Amino acid sequence: MAQLFAYIAHKQGVLDDSAAELAVAAAKLSADPVTAIVTGSGAELDTACTAAAAIYPAVWKFDNAALAYPNAEIIRKLLVNAVPAGSLVLIAHDTFGMDLGPGLSIKLDCAYAADVIGIDSADATAAVLVRQEYAGMAHAHMRCDISKGAVLTIRPGSFQATETPAAGGQVQDKSGEAGDLSANRRFLEVVQAEAGDVDITKSDVLVSVGRGIEDQENIEIAEELAQAMGAVVSCSRPIVDAKWLEKSRQVGTSGQTVKPKVYLAMGISGSFQHLGGLKGSPFIVAVNKNPKTPIFQVADVGIVEDILEFIPELTEKIQEG
Amino acid sequence: MEILVCVKRVPDTAENEIEVKADGTDIEQDDLVYSVNEWDNYAVEEAIQIRDKVGGAVTVVTVGDDEAEEVLRREMAMGADSGILCSDDAFEGSDGRGIAAILKAEIEKGKYDLVLTGAQADDGAGQVGGMVAAMLDWPYASLVNKIEAGDGGSITVGREIEGGNQEMNEIQLPCVLSIQTGINEPRYVGIRGIRKVASVEIPTHGAADLGLAADAVGAAGAKVKRVDYFMPELGEGAEILEGSMEEKIDKLIEMLKAKGGLK
Ligand SMILES: Cc1cc2nc3c(=O)[nH]c(=O)nc-3n(C[C@H](O)[C@H](O)[C@H](O)COP(=O)(O)OP(=O)(O)OC[C@H]3O[C@@H](n4cnc5c(N)ncnc54)[C@H](O)[C@@H]3O)c2cc1C
Ligand SMILES: Nc1ncnc2c1ncn2[C@@H]1O[C@H](COP(=O)(O)O)[C@@H](O)[C@H]1O
Repeated sequence: MAQLFAYIAHKQGVLDDSAAELAVAAAKLSADPVTAIVTGSGAELDTACTAAAAIYPAVWKFDNAALAYPNAEIIRKLLVNAVPAGSLVLIAHDTFGMDLGPGLSIKLDCAYAADVIGIDSADATAAVLVRQEYAGMAHAHMRCDISKGAVLTIRPGSFQATETPAAGGQVQDKSGEAGDLSANRRFLEVVQAEAGDVDITKSDVLVSVGRGIEDQENIEIAEELAQAMGAVVSCSRPIVDAKWLEKSRQVGTSGQTVKPKVYLAMGISGSFQHLGGLKGSPFIVAVNKNPKTPIFQVADVGIVEDILEFIPELTEKIQEG
Repeated sequence: MEILVCVKRVPDTAENEIEVKADGTDIEQDDLVYSVNEWDNYAVEEAIQIRDKVGGAVTVVTVGDDEAEEVLRREMAMGADSGILCSDDAFEGSDGRGIAAILKAEIEKGKYDLVLTGAQADDGAGQVGGMVAAMLDWPYASLVNKIEAGDGGSITVGREIEGGNQEMNEIQLPCVLSIQTGINEPRYVGIRGIRKVASVEIPTHGAADLGLAADAVGAAGAKVKRVDYFMPELGEGAEILEGSMEEKIDKLIEMLKAKGGLK
């Protein structure tokens, strides 16, 4: 059986949630031990390695000033040097994993499966994986040839860890085996997102609008409803892309993380990037004209209606008291 | 700057209710509305804006069947200078790696400084751009939401990372970038614009033109294959409110009051 590796993401030594999730996913591929690969520099890296050793039986540490910020172009080279041919490499499907995974699979000359949400079965030659297509409207089983190894990126939140980790793993310093860490892409800086006019993270009730609002002019009906409810208007990404609302109102992995008590999803399909910004198990009401839209799988209450008709009526009823 | 933009024709998820066929072999194709992958429009718009600033030309390329030509014309109506259709029976059934191999071969036929793709397409893999870059040994940056011209040999790009923060990078040319939505506002294309480019010649390149071995692409070369589509076994799912609009609203107001959503 191929060797298994998990690339562990951490920020200033604090492991990403995916660190534990990758171990759960790897266990579905094989019963063999998994090696965690942790990169960085200095004391932060040591903290991360210690945490990873609680989850994984073996930890490979790569310490180098060039690894202080995870530049996928550099880490790809490192992994190609460090990982034996035919290995299975697991990475989180986040903005770093999307940067690293595809190119890594080419350089390791192996299969690539992105955004895996389930693993049905696996043997030495193939794994049957579950993915979503068409914005979550269809699920698919994929047969992935893993006989020559594979790179898999795993959707955050899909493989929840239940056990408290106590692997008692060994940290091995592999810094000497990193190889050439130069790259034709140089990290400059991270520019923090700007704060907006309202802080949607402070509101207990959010009226959130998605592409179903159809037109900039219709944003007004959501604002009226929010006002009647004493709520704040938030939105999905396409509304920000269209510049109908400020970026600071966007809920999701590339926007704000919110923890409201009540969340009204109006004309939002429920992509994992959107739901990734919704924490604290709010009471979710989804209004959508398509009864098959994925958001109905996660909402508490679903209403199949056209929001352009539904929202004004609801506002009126609330105003009447 | 010579820029190549890779575009894909996909079922429009904003326009269609995608349904899986009962036997799971495919999605229902009847009445499907196709369009350009949402992300690719942003990539083409960005390419046009760069060209208009620094000069050069924008070429759009797609790997697909004859019908895929329509997306090339749409992007040419937006302002791309020319289009290339990569099409061959041997390409059918390619996985992401196969598509990347075809695009790599096409890129090597030209002399491009910059290759743009969308961040992801209908199957949400977000793989083709990074694969092409690695095959060419060109640097790559994904999820790009800002491009600034540099000194000629390099450019500065912003990558969108978690929380809406932006990771700035300097990247050497030639390079491959995958473009994230929101980087610009893609211009509108009217039916008249499309008519204007209706008769422009679009060359078709097949496996032989691109020097591709049949087993490197198509179903034979695919390491990842779809077995079937299926309907997942769902948990509880939402309680769907029934009745007239009024009844639904009354019910909802009651629930919102109980959950603290209404005072
Ligand atoms: C790296 C990355 C990061 C991302 N980050 C985020 C993020 O932070 N936040 C985010 O939201 N997205 C994010 N996205 C985008 C995400 O993948 C989806 O594209 C997006 O969430 C879809 O938004 P939506 O639900 O509003 O639109 P759609 O998916 O188009 O859904 C619109 C819904 O409205 C319904 N509808 C249409 N008209 C009506 C009507 N009149 N009445 C009622 N219902 C109607 C439709 O049935 C559909 O369900 C990210 C994507 C990537 C690749
Ligand atoms: N058949 C194709 N022809 C041309 N470009 C493609 C094709 N498939 C994918 N791409 C490009 O790769 C990007 C990412 O697609 P994917 O890797 O399939 O998620 C798309 O936005 C396109 O720019």
